[in-house]
Amino acid sequence: MKTIRIGNGCGFWGDSVDAPIKLAQRGRLDYLTLEYLAELTMSILALQKQRDPNAGFAGDFLDVLGTLTPILAQQSKLKIITNAGGMNPHACAHRAKDILHKAGLTRRIAVVSGDDLMPNLDVLLAAHPFTNLDTGENLATIRPRVVSGNAYLGARPIAEALAQGADIVITGRVADASLTVGPALHEFGWKADDWDRLGAASVAGHLIECGAQVCGGLWCNWHEVKDWSDIGYPYVDLAEDGSFTISADAGPGVNRETLAEQLLYEVGNPARYLTPDVVADFTSIALETVDARTMHVTKARGLPATDTYKVSIAYRDGFMASGTLVIAGPDAVTKAKLSGDALLRRIGHAFDRSNIECLGAGACAPGIFSLLEGKLAGRASDGMANPSLARPANEVVLRVSVHDRQKDKVERFAKEFAPLVTSGPPGVTGYTTGRPPVREVFAYWPALIAKAAVAAQIEVLS
Amino acid sequence: MNINPTLATFAHGRSGDKGNHANIAIIAYTQAGYAWLRDFLTAERVADFFAPMQPSKVERFEAPNVWGLNFLLHDILAGGASRSLRIDTQGKTLALTLLQMEVELPLNFHEMTRKERNP
Repeated sequence: MKTIRIGNGCGFWGDSVDAPIKLAQRGRLDYLTLEYLAELTMSILALQKQRDPNAGFAGDFLDVLGTLTPILAQQSKLKIITNAGGMNPHACAHRAKDILHKAGLTRRIAVVSGDDLMPNLDVLLAAHPFTNLDTGENLATIRPRVVSGNAYLGARPIAEALAQGADIVITGRVADASLTVGPALHEFGWKADDWDRLGAASVAGHLIECGAQVCGGLWCNWHEVKDWSDIGYPYVDLAEDGSFTISADAGPGVNRETLAEQLLYEVGNPARYLTPDVVADFTSIALETVDARTMHVTKARGLPATDTYKVSIAYRDGFMASGTLVIAGPDAVTKAKLSGDALLRRIGHAFDRSNIECLGAGACAPGIFSLLEGKLAGRASDGMANPSLARPANEVVLRVSVHDRQKDKVERFAKEFAPLVTSGPPGVTGYTTGRPPVREVFAYWPALIAKAAVAAQIEVLS
Repeated sequence: MNINPTLATFAHGRSGDKGNHANIAIIAYTQAGYAWLRDFLTAERVADFFAPMQPSKVERFEAPNVWGLNFLLHDILAGGASRSLRIDTQGKTLALTLLQMEVELPLNFHEMTRKERNP
């Protein structure tokens, strides 16, 4: 049975720039996928494009592509699928073309676009309410503040681009798993309603979309990773019938535990995982251990795709800043709380929202447990009690954050950290990075749009 | 001195964000562990545990094929990745928090603990 090997060398913008190179070198891949877009990346890219019509894509991809050129010269059949195009896939593709040209390579580049709804947003808004999926509000309430709106396209335009002879496909917003489903659709010619196979490829795509997270990254039994310096990135050998094996180019590989952890990562109902291509049933799959680093996945099932695309909208929502100071010595938590409170009260105005945290004393799960009480601190990682580990924090990081519609109020806040070094309790230090930066907030607005209202476009560069 | 085990003795997990919601997957090490987990770790118990973080609703989904329970904690992220003022804007650490929940030692706990992996 025909199989194709698809590896993912990038799980988000900011991920290792060496990983795709190593994976392409060691993985013997047919397809290399590179995933760059988180929910709010598009809003940042939209503003970059507003300032510079040639910007608005994930620049890291161009660096990776430049480093990849010697490997592409050796591996003439290696194809690349990436959503690095962000808000400006055409500009990204032209830069990529220049890089390949300079390296003396001839590769056909295709651009998949049509996900950007901003050019037609008001026309669309007349027929589609873009109701917020979480709050039920109508988009009209925040329309003037919207900076970006993108539909999550599916695998079909990627498959079509490959059918037109593309070696490198650069897309805007495409569902992460579809980066894997696209090549599978193209290679195997699955029918549009072959839901089980589309479901299987979506499981494969979901498992590898976050890079190392399926092959050692975040693994609860992390102590079994022998060499963290080369954790490895994942690939699947996907067969025509939808079954696949999954492993990695280095590191601990994929086992039952790492696979299960990633299968359920950022999932709601695992029996109904919605993608533009299919409703995949993650509870249907059967796992089998091939060897210590490889799992075999079979029996995936899928249900018919919905008639809507998910839409990710970002809108301006004021300004935020967060600053930190180190508070050391006896009563560190008490002193930190006192200092944070004083900092906010020394400023002559209130904020829309503010938060004081003591990092090192339970801030990641506020109110659940705290080191101050030593209550749940005394635990080894197998969960058994270890009273010798339980003691109050002797050193914490005070973190104070504010959010306000008015930028000047937040700027004023940023000036209030340094004074605490001389006018706070003893043991305050760590003020070396200067005033915390004030950043604009782009809030997230999830919605749906009828598939019929969105037209994906494919352009192959000559 | 406390001798109770925690969920981490019998299960592993992972958490992440979905907008302002967080999902927490708790995965048993064995079939017997999953049977116990399914009875013990109800949506109500998880909601009680996380009450200080004020989720508006806790849903539980079952994935018996991987011995996993998946919890969706609505509105627990204080604004989520874009606007939360917390250090853990995306709930990345919440699974480790839940795994520290203390439990009574089950009678058949020896059937529930992690076996040597790929000996």
